[in-house]
Amino acid sequence: MDQILGNIGLLIDYPVVNLKIVLDGVMIGALFALAAYGLALVWGVMNVKNLAQGDFVIAGGYVSWWLVEHGFPALLGVPVAFIVMWGIGWVIYKLVISRVIERDLFTSLLATFGLAIMMAQIMNLMFGSDTQSVDLGYPTLHFFDGFIDVPIAKLIGVLMASALAAGVIVFMKSSRMGQAIRATAQDARAARVLGIDTEKVYAFTFSLNSAICGAAGAIIVMVWIIQPFYGISYSIRAFVIVTAAGLGNLPGVIAAGLGIGALEQYGAHIFGIGYQQAVAVMLLLLVLLYRLIQQRRNRQVLK
Amino acid sequence: MTTTIDVSGVSKSFGGVVANREVSLSVNTGTITGLIGPNGSGKTTLFNSIVGYHPIDSGSIKFESSEISELSVQQIARRGLLRTFQQTRIYGAMNGVENMLISLPHRKMSIWDALKTFTREDYERADHLLEFVGLYEKRMLKSGDLSFGQQKLLEFAMALMNEPTCLLLDEPTAGINPTLINGLIDRLKRANSEFGITLFVIEHNMRVIMNLAENIYCLAHGELLAQGTPDEIQNDQRVIDAYLGAH
Amino acid sequence: MNRNKTILYSLILAFTIVAPFAFPNFGTQLATLWLMIIVAITWDMTGGQMGYNSLGNIFFYGTGMYVAALITIGLTYDVGDYTSAAGGGIYEFTDLEYFGGMALGILGAGLFCSACAIVIGWLTFGLRGPYFAIGTLGVAIAAGELVSNWEWVGGGQGIALPVYPGDFDTGKTYFYFLFAAVGIGAFLFARWLYGTRFGSAINAIRDDEEKADAMGIHTLRYKLYTWAMAAFFVGMAGGISAFQLIHFEPLETAYQTINLGIFMVVCVLLGGKGTLWGPVVGAILFHLFKEVTWNYLLGWQWVALGALIVVTVVYFQDGVMGWLVHKKPEWFGIRVEKKVASGSK
Repeated sequence: MDQILGNIGLLIDYPVVNLKIVLDGVMIGALFALAAYGLALVWGVMNVKNLAQGDFVIAGGYVSWWLVEHGFPALLGVPVAFIVMWGIGWVIYKLVISRVIERDLFTSLLATFGLAIMMAQIMNLMFGSDTQSVDLGYPTLHFFDGFIDVPIAKLIGVLMASALAAGVIVFMKSSRMGQAIRATAQDARAARVLGIDTEKVYAFTFSLNSAICGAAGAIIVMVWIIQPFYGISYSIRAFVIVTAAGLGNLPGVIAAGLGIGALEQYGAHIFGIGYQQAVAVMLLLLVLLYRLIQQRRNRQVLK
Repeated sequence: MTTTIDVSGVSKSFGGVVANREVSLSVNTGTITGLIGPNGSGKTTLFNSIVGYHPIDSGSIKFESSEISELSVQQIARRGLLRTFQQTRIYGAMNGVENMLISLPHRKMSIWDALKTFTREDYERADHLLEFVGLYEKRMLKSGDLSFGQQKLLEFAMALMNEPTCLLLDEPTAGINPTLINGLIDRLKRANSEFGITLFVIEHNMRVIMNLAENIYCLAHGELLAQGTPDEIQNDQRVIDAYLGAH
Repeated sequence: MNRNKTILYSLILAFTIVAPFAFPNFGTQLATLWLMIIVAITWDMTGGQMGYNSLGNIFFYGTGMYVAALITIGLTYDVGDYTSAAGGGIYEFTDLEYFGGMALGILGAGLFCSACAIVIGWLTFGLRGPYFAIGTLGVAIAAGELVSNWEWVGGGQGIALPVYPGDFDTGKTYFYFLFAAVGIGAFLFARWLYGTRFGSAINAIRDDEEKADAMGIHTLRYKLYTWAMAAFFVGMAGGISAFQLIHFEPLETAYQTINLGIFMVVCVLLGGKGTLWGPVVGAILFHLFKEVTWNYLLGWQWVALGALIVVTVVYFQDGVMGWLVHKKPEWFGIRVEKKVASGSK
């Protein structure tokens, strides 16, 4: 308890520490927001709640890590992970997801939970259970007498994440496929009547989600560490963000992603690094409770 | 004469759309009261407000002289004010008898009563009411396989099983085979006279409501337009205009 | 109960009693089978019968473990001293302290978990469908994380309990019968419960909660009771596990979200959701599958298990009992009336 108070005191005595925490949080939150956006897309378009979301992220990270291990440049990892995970996403869609779309929501949740277990275990068998990361070899910038250090690798990561997000937004707004996806999200039956091949839209959406996650993972491996069983915490964060922001609300998803990144860093600072996972889960519960109270005011339930 | 439901000055809007504006009406105990109005005039919204489905913006709703507008659906149902749904809601995977047994009035049970098995009287009552609505022969069929009209009858029987003091019926004859409508009117009247249940009925079929109700309210554009006996309503120029869209 | 059923039940009871002596090498596996049956039956009480698919029932298992252990330790020693010394043989328990503590611990675990179910349920039962599943999963994960940071209960190291005072094989049989007793208790309880008005009411909640609301059923109250009853049995099972395993730690043993926490759901789906026998049949099938893969698919057993989950959920969701009901409805007393029967009673 004393330690917690001491940590809080530190924040008040040295305001610059806050800046460091927020900066770290925002940088990592940008990547959470990417995974969450993919989840919101799949959730909104085909009503599938994907609990394997985090494992797609980790898988993308391993694709990039494998490339670097085999002598390819690290920055190549992001586009390659995007493409490879696109393919894996498509296969998973055809084998599993396409068969759970019309079913009740618990089915998709459980099926993707099983998928998450499988993916984590396969990665464990292929790459071992050690934590891995890719060192870009760039220097670190220092500000405020070394109080704040910003590795250039993290800056590059944030820039790439923003570029990816911007690309996806432009695609969804202007391309024909993007329009078809948005139409299907609004009313799949009407879209079908109007001649949109919803099956194709679903397959595309799920592959796109998987690819976004993969690219996010490739960035994460450059700025952080990955491990086969880290997936579930990314899935939980994605759920926190989407539950807080709602579907089809891109600015909300980005804001919530950045916010949760920052809150998690604060939690880790105040309670100690051992509580990081706990903080993520507690945030989920808090968001659910908040939404619940909000709904109860209208005598509705959260479904 | 005492009033069972007393609605005064109730307003409800969804976003910017006003569904009910300052609606006041009352349902007298032991009577059958009708509620009519063109599509979108706010009849179902008013029903939903009365049974507590959503909070109202302003006004007051009293049931048996006590305020219920702050209560939840369950609490209101437990006071004996029940509703049936426009899109019937029955337990489709179960057969008719099971549907009836589920509808036993849980408000009259303690948890120890609830932990007992169904008694012979429960079954007899279920059979009796199924016979009352004319579904006795089909009582063992999966109720999801019944026709829409039969499902409506089943829902009506389920409501009676719950021993309500007042029943709100949302379009009881919609989707029912015209040849069966007279039988249904007769049953509604018997439910009123034999079981002493106060009825408040939304109905589109003018012939039905004129036959059934003693007192009729007409809503248009969310506001109360007219009130009176069937004769008065039939001859009210404002009601005729509302239905012909002469606004 | 008709004659066939009497014979069936007697056979099962006889097998239950004889099994640990007939297959002495499989004592632990048989005990685990009963554990699976308990968690599957209780999961189905909310998941299958009431329509609330919890992914967090493992919370009660883990909490049961800790409560039982803490009660047993706390009756004799100071818990903080005990856990900081990591058990390690310094602390001796007499037979009375061991068995008395165990009895109170297991019962206390059940009661405490029931109370937890009421509190958590009161907070989460406004969540429907997938939100409830994710919310309860969150509760279980959060509990594991918090407990693993709580030094008073041993932190990430967990707790080591004293070993069974008798000889090793007697201990195995003893725990087998404890699990079997709770399992039979849970089964008979569920069998009775589903036949009552209460059982019908929770079925009504599953099929259409809004309608149940509109009929004035005390939905929240019934949901809380049901979960509390389920939690009672799971908590007791957790308490027994604590003594059977001797040493347990929070993340991998107690709050094992992706192991037992998900297995119980798969058992129920495999056997048939919302049926009395489904969870039992499913638990047996799943346990067999798990033991076979664990022995013959070195390293790949987890992948096989994940695949089993996916295949069960996607292709075989009605489970064995659902399939049987579809194929042989007359076995279950369901009359299929193709033509509308007239006047038949």
